[in-house]
Amino acid sequence: MADDSILSVKNVSVEYLTESGRFAAIQNMNFDLGEGETLGLVGESGCGKSTTGRAILQLPRPTSGQVVFDSVDLTRIPQRDMRPIRRRLQIIFQDPVSSLNPRRKVKDIVAEPLVIAGVGTRSDRDAKVREVLSAVGVDPDISMDRRPHQFSGGQCQRICIARALILEPTLIVCDEPVSALDVSVQAQILNLLEDMKARYGLTLLFISHDLAVVKNISDRVAVMYLGKLCEIADSGRIYDSPAHPYTAGLIASIPVFDAGSSGRGERAVLAGEIPSPLSPPSGCRFRTRCRFAQQKCREEEPPLRQIDERHHVACHFPLLA
Amino acid sequence: MARFVQNLLRRPGPSGSESERAAQDARETTRSHQPWWTRVGLPFWLSLGWLVLIGLSAILADILPIDDPLSTNLDTLFMTPLSEGHLLGTDAVGRDMLSRAIHGARISLQLAFTAPFLSLLVGLVLGLSAGYFRGRVDTAVSIFTDSILAFPNIVGVMVILFFFGASLPVMILALAFFGIPAEVRVARANTILFSGREFVMAARALGASNLRIMVRELLPNVIVPMLSLVLFGMSIVIIIEGSLAFLGVGFPPPTPSWGKMIADGFEDISRAPHVTLVPAAVMFLTILSLNMIGDSLRALTDVKASSL
Repeated sequence: MADDSILSVKNVSVEYLTESGRFAAIQNMNFDLGEGETLGLVGESGCGKSTTGRAILQLPRPTSGQVVFDSVDLTRIPQRDMRPIRRRLQIIFQDPVSSLNPRRKVKDIVAEPLVIAGVGTRSDRDAKVREVLSAVGVDPDISMDRRPHQFSGGQCQRICIARALILEPTLIVCDEPVSALDVSVQAQILNLLEDMKARYGLTLLFISHDLAVVKNISDRVAVMYLGKLCEIADSGRIYDSPAHPYTAGLIASIPVFDAGSSGRGERAVLAGEIPSPLSPPSGCRFRTRCRFAQQKCREEEPPLRQIDERHHVACHFPLLA
Repeated sequence: MARFVQNLLRRPGPSGSESERAAQDARETTRSHQPWWTRVGLPFWLSLGWLVLIGLSAILADILPIDDPLSTNLDTLFMTPLSEGHLLGTDAVGRDMLSRAIHGARISLQLAFTAPFLSLLVGLVLGLSAGYFRGRVDTAVSIFTDSILAFPNIVGVMVILFFFGASLPVMILALAFFGIPAEVRVARANTILFSGREFVMAARALGASNLRIMVRELLPNVIVPMLSLVLFGMSIVIIIEGSLAFLGVGFPPPTPSWGKMIADGFEDISRAPHVTLVPAAVMFLTILSLNMIGDSLRALTDVKASSL
């Protein structure tokens, strides 16, 4: 896809061995991330969004496929060589409280990346910790010697962001960073991520199940269903003219404040339940819930194909604008 | 880009709108910054006082103005407590009970302050590894601890004492050995619990080594419940020593130990109950104190740990 991509995920699959056989959490994922771009990754829970994010960080290493970060294939290099690369790849988790060790002080938690990377003396590190804590809006004078339980969820997420930023990484995987927070606090954290992205020149992979959140922060959006990519396009495009029936259904299910002025006469509401990922439907995985499913969808799995310059979709019969 | 977000909330200063939360933090801080010693209550202080008294007298036994615990005196047999010169009375051969109780404390306390900590150390290493690595390490550790548990510990200690002789170091090692399984189980269970938390994943994402994750991230969380088990282990150790002495497998006479004193006095319990009751009471108070302190400490540390 893009030539200036900082990260390419190529045919990545992650499989787990269960008692009932092999189970693919994600299968043949393909996408690129341009430098300075924010890619939103959405889908219902259990569709493999987080697995994708973690597979990029090699936690665990994907079963097959390549993760090329800055022209290095992370799936091939030994653990030892992975360590310096980890400094440039960071992750922020959904539950900010669980992401911070309850027995350690904030200054030790935030300084930990520096210690592991072996950067600076103790006083250098302290200065750096103060700097990032101020940057994320946590007063270092008050917070440095406190422990995580003395902070609110929003403040804990700020501390997690500080920890992710302290090594000045290239790419941050944000794994549902605001899902556990109050709506008012969500807005603050999203603004903070935007500010930090501008200040540190970050590339973000923003994972969320909340399309409203993703819409406002992403340059491009990728939609996943049952471990596979359905559609990937620019943010404006995917919300205005989704090509995959699943994307259309998801977008139609975003609550609208004023139903009268919504302008979406017909709502493509998603019906049915997600099939078990242990035995996904044949052909197109979405066909069991798709209004437009035909015989071909049952027999043949649709590949991800380009329908416009920056718009890819995995559907035999894409919706046309 | 986040215009929608800005409309939702007129972009508050980084920490501005959290002022309410900050105020609440301040209140919480004052509560948790209330010194811990005002929150533990009288039973804790009485218990600590008793242990300090026993501990100091055991350490200073040789320079305290008390009789030789081994010197017999046929003129003063079975003197009742509060007799002239013998605060706690004398036993069947006229030895001073107070002096023997204090010297007996040396054995019990030496056991209590070594064996459980050795168990903790070994249990920590085994339990952390088993819970962190799982798989074969876990299986091996489980087989090891289960086989120790399959052995009645008093019988086990008796056998070890029989083969290696009843000396203090052998006794310490034997008691420590049988204390390992409990510590391993607590360490392993807590390691598994905390390994699933995201801060461990975060450390791994930062490239922390397994050893670093175990020592820096897991150990501080796992050691707290293990330490409360140490206090429990102390009382167990004292009780086992008492039981062994009562069964006649403790230290050879005339070394005074609480268990031995109880056993000796038992023959004359109808004539002079105090010979049995004095060491029994001392032992009872010591164990009660250890348990009380354990409860207070648990209550102190649990509030924060469990509220997460």
